[in-house]
Amino acid sequence: MSRLAALIARETTLAWGRGGGPLVALGFYAGVATFLPLAIGPQHDRLAGIATGAAWVALTLASLLSLERMFERDYEDGALDLLLLSPVPLELTCLVKCMGQWLAAGAPLALAAPVAAIALGASPALAPLTFACALLGGLAFAFIGGIGAALSLGARRGGLLTAVIVLPLFVPPVIFGGGALANFAAGLPWSGGFAFLGAYAAAAVAFGPLAMAAACRNALS
Amino acid sequence: MRAPKNLPKSPDDSLITQLLLKDAAVRRGGRLLFEGVSLDLGAGEACALTGANGSGKTSLLRAVAGLVRLEAGEIGFGGVDPADARGEGLHLVGHADGLKAARTAREELTFWSRWTGGATAAIQEAAEALDLVPLLDLEVRRLSAGQRRRLALARMLAAPRPLWLLDEPLSPLDARWREGFGALMKRHLDGGGLILAAVHDPLPMAARSLELSA
Repeated sequence: MSRLAALIARETTLAWGRGGGPLVALGFYAGVATFLPLAIGPQHDRLAGIATGAAWVALTLASLLSLERMFERDYEDGALDLLLLSPVPLELTCLVKCMGQWLAAGAPLALAAPVAAIALGASPALAPLTFACALLGGLAFAFIGGIGAALSLGARRGGLLTAVIVLPLFVPPVIFGGGALANFAAGLPWSGGFAFLGAYAAAAVAFGPLAMAAACRNALS
Repeated sequence: MRAPKNLPKSPDDSLITQLLLKDAAVRRGGRLLFEGVSLDLGAGEACALTGANGSGKTSLLRAVAGLVRLEAGEIGFGGVDPADARGEGLHLVGHADGLKAARTAREELTFWSRWTGGATAAIQEAAEALDLVPLLDLEVRRLSAGQRRRLALARMLAAPRPLWLLDEPLSPLDARWREGFGALMKRHLDGGGLILAAVHDPLPMAARSLELSA
């Protein structure tokens, strides 16, 4: 546990310190929430209709920004080699790195999501579900994004490749989370979409580290 | 250099007492770097791995560490399971040192010590042995190449493991520290450790030699 606690603390602090980190993602998110009304007009009804969907899509795209360097810097500077020279399985190391990514980027974005949605005109009653969806969705984005980041190790334009790999895999959580929020706003049953979002996040946490570890080993060898 | 009196003289129990390479071959990028490389290194022995640039010295070290697949041959650790040997029995110090420029030397030394199973008390001892104490609160980016190498080497002292895999460990060090780290290597060998070092210059101790030819 001591090793894993040290790693998650290191990953979180490094994520806050590196370029393209959570502050950039938060800045991007705030930018979307600010510019959208400027682009489509300030009519409240119009904005309120798309507020949760827009906030959800912005969160998805903001999650992409900090993925590129999740493994790349460790790969380049040799830290990934040294992380392997430990009794901790690489799969567990990858899981902890993704949890660090989620804590550093996903959790702040989840906190910002209800604020952005309400600022765009969504009902404050949507705030708890928006936060919960953003937390679960952020978990899925971190672990699915980790697969893309690991698969693109050593590639030129790794960030672009990561986006190409992960965007199709981001579609289910976007649909489930967006559906749950839309249904809640319309007074319809929303728990199904939320449950599917949770199931997708759980599957990403369970299987993502296996794929990441395999991709990292392949890149190193 | 302060004498590292309180450092563990060697790994507590010699997890690895032998490194055995048998007809090892490595292919990288479609090119066969070397083949038929054999070595039997015992406790207390060092081996200088020599050869021209591109002959595969680094790849051999990485193969021993399990980071590169062998094309042919075997690597053994004297009966120790390779996963255990690599997870708990060896250190690798290469050109890419894994140190994060934005973190302090103390943070990096502490993290890697914990990651490789070192005791908290050994961190200070390792820093003293390599005269890093005045530098511990500096960010790694502020260190010179030699200081940075000393920090990378200090990780090995902070978490004793029997097998040291060193890739040109002395190259960024000045004469004083070449001598100083030479003394630490001798101490490691005296305690039953093993050293396989890729070098262009001779090691500052009696060592066997293994030359790779491209």
